[in-house]
Amino acid sequence: MDFDLSEDQRLLQDSLGKLLKDKYGFEQRKAYLKSETGWSREVWAAFAELGLLGMPFAEDDGGLGYGPVETMIVAEQMGRALTLEPFISTVVLGGGFLRHGATAEQRGALVPEIAAGNLLLAFAHTEPQSRFDLHDVATSARKDGAGWIIEGRKGVVVHGDTADQLVVTARVSGARRDAEGVEVFLVPANATGVARRGFRTSDGQRAADITFDNVKVGPDAQLKGGLALVGRVVDETIAALSAEAVGCMEAAKDLTVDYLKTRKQFGRAIGSFQSLQHRAAEMMVCLEQARSMAMLAAMMAGERDAAERLRNMRAVKIEIGRNARFVGQQTVQMHGGIAMTMEYAGGHYLKRLTVIENMFGDMDHHLAALSEEGGVFVAA
Amino acid sequence: MDLRFTDEERAFREEVRTWIDENLPAETRERMASGRTPTKAMQVDWQKRLYAKGWAVPHWPVEWGGQPWTAIKRFILSEEIQSTPAPSPLGFNANMLGPVLIAFGTDEQKKHFLPKIANLDLWFCQGFSEPGAGSDLASLKCAAKKDGDHYIVNGQKTWTTLAQHADWIFLLVRTDTGAAKQQEGISFLLADMTTPGITVRPIITIDGAHEVNEVFFDDVKVPVANLVGTENRGWDCAKFLLSNERTGQARVGASKERIRRLKLIARETPGGARPVMEDPRFRSRLTDVEVQLKALEMTTLRVLADENRALSQRKPNPASSVLKIRGTELQQAISELYVMAAGPYGLAAPDDPEASLRNEPAVAADWQTLAQATYFNWRKQSIYGGSTEIQKNIMAKAFLGL
Repeated sequence: MDFDLSEDQRLLQDSLGKLLKDKYGFEQRKAYLKSETGWSREVWAAFAELGLLGMPFAEDDGGLGYGPVETMIVAEQMGRALTLEPFISTVVLGGGFLRHGATAEQRGALVPEIAAGNLLLAFAHTEPQSRFDLHDVATSARKDGAGWIIEGRKGVVVHGDTADQLVVTARVSGARRDAEGVEVFLVPANATGVARRGFRTSDGQRAADITFDNVKVGPDAQLKGGLALVGRVVDETIAALSAEAVGCMEAAKDLTVDYLKTRKQFGRAIGSFQSLQHRAAEMMVCLEQARSMAMLAAMMAGERDAAERLRNMRAVKIEIGRNARFVGQQTVQMHGGIAMTMEYAGGHYLKRLTVIENMFGDMDHHLAALSEEGGVFVAA
Repeated sequence: MDLRFTDEERAFREEVRTWIDENLPAETRERMASGRTPTKAMQVDWQKRLYAKGWAVPHWPVEWGGQPWTAIKRFILSEEIQSTPAPSPLGFNANMLGPVLIAFGTDEQKKHFLPKIANLDLWFCQGFSEPGAGSDLASLKCAAKKDGDHYIVNGQKTWTTLAQHADWIFLLVRTDTGAAKQQEGISFLLADMTTPGITVRPIITIDGAHEVNEVFFDDVKVPVANLVGTENRGWDCAKFLLSNERTGQARVGASKERIRRLKLIARETPGGARPVMEDPRFRSRLTDVEVQLKALEMTTLRVLADENRALSQRKPNPASSVLKIRGTELQQAISELYVMAAGPYGLAAPDDPEASLRNEPAVAADWQTLAQATYFNWRKQSIYGGSTEIQKNIMAKAFLGL
């Protein structure tokens, strides 16, 4: 058992940390937020140059062949800086679908483009009625000669407004909530019949509402794996989001503790008050429990036994959510009014943590499912 | 980063499991499984078996009966003991006094006491708290005045766990009342409980149990040879003792065993329309505790990996402070789940002496009568060993710089 990072992993952490320190101060972030895309192409190019965008792909496909621990390291740093770029959408989600579901030919064509920063992906899955159920898919794909015609509506497609290709779930058979019959398609965002309406998410990132009206795609658009593929990629994404949340929580805790030391009321630093000291200590307890779970997630992301992986990811998502909520809320509470303002970073951590809490299943969703499935510690 | 157990570690776990199965007396196993604490005879017998096997004090140096193991291997042993469940080696001996003697004791003290402590030939209790010195331990007043080859001890200790079983006591006494700071002027002594002038008076806790005691010292003569470390520097021993074996406090193995058993019980316990386990609210509360326990298990392993390092390479790890706080909260949460599972039959108090005199069958299952008693008893966990509030004071100061 070894929780240490390797020399290479530490190097990755340091070099990304330096890049973000240089390019992602809170004031710089404000400028990226205001730009047309809502994030920075320049930073994206710097990520590509650092190798981050090709990280998880096999070397044969044009990637670096890194694993979930490297993704954890990167996502955590991005969480600290509250980055806005489509790393999770393109590399973890989109990239995951390519790694596990695309042909060698497709990977050979697309991976180098992703790694170079030229190709953006987004995962179009959530529908107005589906909430967090991965199998609840009304969007349809019907045979059209050798190819397919896709019809339906996807909402809250994170970074869907700027994506070049969309990974779309659609039903080829069965009823809306059947476990069978869901397939995954790669659809060019500029295909005829794709209409996108971009909007801002509550944490300042970008998303799109997308309709597919008689969208024709070729036979090679279908990725292999169906709902099991979706589950696998979503589990990997939960691991990355958990690491991002830990980065957010750590930065929020640091910011709060600094504020407690400098803010004076009643003639003394407010950090001298025991009620605030204890709450800050509780934040730290929450952060460490969350960090433990992000590590568990990184370890389980590669687990081939789908039920075992899912059981652990549900536990991770619940515990990350619980601790993220406490740390986010207390960051604002202990700062007082200043963290209620857009001008100050504190409140933005709460916002990002809240968004992560509500992606790919909230606490109640996973708690209900996990308890139905027999809990965390199943009889050996 | 590789968070898996090695093949060797897994094989060791199997070895431990098999050995416990073959060596734990059925009576002890039965009592432990019911959720009760072991009797004195059971504790002593079991610890002697562990010692003979070399497993009573694996964290001690090899020359004193320890093992040259990694922290992970030690963890596996203690987790397996907890999850059987079998009695853990007596904490006062194995985890508290033993390491203090190894670090601060004289050669004579080590040679005389360590084997007896490890083999539980001598049962030690801990004389730290006093009526006026709880969280503020350093304000203790129990006094020891030197008189030739002896200290004369006068004063009172309280919350002395299992003093009724103890052969000896290790205690903090004030040897210098004029010191500049109250932490100075404290000494660490060992006293034979049969010494004239020592009186033990039981304290019955809200669950009806006799676990803790008051211990009175009235002109008690303690040989100067029983001073551990330097006179007036006993606080160093106390701090060392309290910082030891941090991972033991989380008791993840014991909590996992309690949850496993609760699941079995709740499946067989009627809950109106369906077994208790099939009530979605109960089940979801149980799962929620399991999730937190999983996180604590990972945190425990992180601290262990840290303890595996050479002392010089260790950094203070905030994760270790999490163990006492969350570990006790979760044990308490599990005791609440038992109360919920027991429902109305949890109202029956355990061990009704009148019923047993009349030789009547019990009105409720053993686990049901113990559920509330354990819940009441376990409120102690977030109070003893540095209360949750004291832990947070320490975190704020040591890790947050507040």
